[in-house]
Amino acid sequence: MLELKNISFSREKKQILKDINLNIDDKKLIVITGPNGSGKSTLAKIIMGIMQPDSGTILFDGKDITNMNITQRAKMGIGFAFQQPVKFKGLTVKDLIEISSGNQMKICDACDVLADVGLCAQEYINREVNSELSGGELKRIEIAMLAAKKSKLTIFDEPEAGIDLWSFNNLISVFEKMHKEIQGSIVIISHQERILNIADEIILLSNGKISDHGSREKILPQILNKGKACHKLEANITPENCDKGGKDNG
Amino acid sequence: MDKIEKDLLKKIADIEETPMGAYNIRENGKGISRNTTANIDIVTKQDKPGIDIIVKANTKNESVHIPVILTQGGFNDVVYNDFYIGENADIVIVAGCGIHNNSCETAEHDGIHSFHLEKGARVKYIEKHYGEGEGSGDKILNPQTIVNLQDGAYMEMETVQIEGVTSTVRETKAELGKDSSLVISERIMTSGKQTAKTIFEVALNGENSSVHVASRSVAKNESSQEFISKVDGNTKCFGHVECDAIIMDNAKVLSDPKIVANHIDASLIHEAAIGKIAGEQLIKLMTLGLTEKEAEEQIISGFLK
Repeated sequence: MLELKNISFSREKKQILKDINLNIDDKKLIVITGPNGSGKSTLAKIIMGIMQPDSGTILFDGKDITNMNITQRAKMGIGFAFQQPVKFKGLTVKDLIEISSGNQMKICDACDVLADVGLCAQEYINREVNSELSGGELKRIEIAMLAAKKSKLTIFDEPEAGIDLWSFNNLISVFEKMHKEIQGSIVIISHQERILNIADEIILLSNGKISDHGSREKILPQILNKGKACHKLEANITPENCDKGGKDNG
Repeated sequence: MDKIEKDLLKKIADIEETPMGAYNIRENGKGISRNTTANIDIVTKQDKPGIDIIVKANTKNESVHIPVILTQGGFNDVVYNDFYIGENADIVIVAGCGIHNNSCETAEHDGIHSFHLEKGARVKYIEKHYGEGEGSGDKILNPQTIVNLQDGAYMEMETVQIEGVTSTVRETKAELGKDSSLVISERIMTSGKQTAKTIFEVALNGENSSVHVASRSVAKNESSQEFISKVDGNTKCFGHVECDAIIMDNAKVLSDPKIVANHIDASLIHEAAIGKIAGEQLIKLMTLGLTEKEAEEQIISGFLK
């Protein structure tokens, strides 16, 4: 479905993505993970067309979309959920869900989509998507929009950020439902183990490079072991020995 | 009534033919059609152009339509309409003016509307202004609204001017009595070289009176807008003025708010924001499949809704 060939991206003399080569197959749920600053969000924005790579090629369903703009890619079937949802004075939840669905969605279906993200449709459908909504509400509405869009490829940039525990469980169900019903591919950028747990494949990005890519069964244990090792290391550093370590190193 | 006149009426008052309830339709300076009801009387003024609209106390669920249309250039229509709303009445008033000017001469309508709401009366007032026509003549609308709310009265005012008016000065003055409330929602869009000036002056004189003014505007091309407001809190009261403007192209927008507290328990807030459409808003809508132009239109129409 999606193929990235030799994608590189630099800004202010810093190379953020280095020669990325990646294939995303049909109907897969893929989680991209990695440390902060590893280039995950940049990669997602390059796929959507929000940023342009310095070099490389992007193919979607075999078609070169490298020079296509955001709208063209959206119409071809790529969707993107922002990490920080955008607010609009005047546009309502209903307006945005209608636009997302290409005005194809009946009001009852829009209500179902809101219910899936844990929002009471009656209460929210006519509300403006403005700063009167909390970060968590905005995030859920953002996810509802993408559920309504039914894209062949949907990218979620850190969907769990700002989501409370209750809706986190629902969030997992939303991804699973979307994956099942839309029969498209879903790419989620996330650090959350519970999201990694539902992936078909995991891509590990570090320092702008793909350091590993494989099935969840293969990659997840490695990440968790590495994580445990880090936690263990952190647990062994007490304020005392941390200071001591500092002195030793100093 | 020809098609142009019917279209103007549809635009400004959302009526196809004669409206339900009381109405007075004015065209090119003359009343052309009128209806009164058992509770709502409409009387032509004797000393100056205009009408008195008299609503009996306790009148409920009735409406008054008083649209004005101008289809001649070189005409300045000044009209004085006074509304006397009896105690505990609860009605809807639809006004507005549409100008179709195909000439090279100016067509102007200056409507001076005075509202006198008795104790406990409630009014929803909707006013739309619109201009069209191929001629080079200006289309000018200068509405004045004077509001006097007695104790416990409530008035909601929706004013909209979206298209085609060359220049406008819109002035609203209000005095509020005890426990009365005024809610004003204004929507304005200017384009080309149009100018729009809005002036709100509200005196909160009665204890527990409140005013909420929400103005949203879009200024395109070379147009210019001014928003001037002054709220005087003269007793224990609440005032909130909110003005937001989207600025585009080479337009200019000035916002000049004043809130004056003359009493220790006056609580007054003013919020003002002017800015272009945020890039992230356009990008978001483009990721949903809209072109940049469609996204811009959607943001503006939502903002002015």
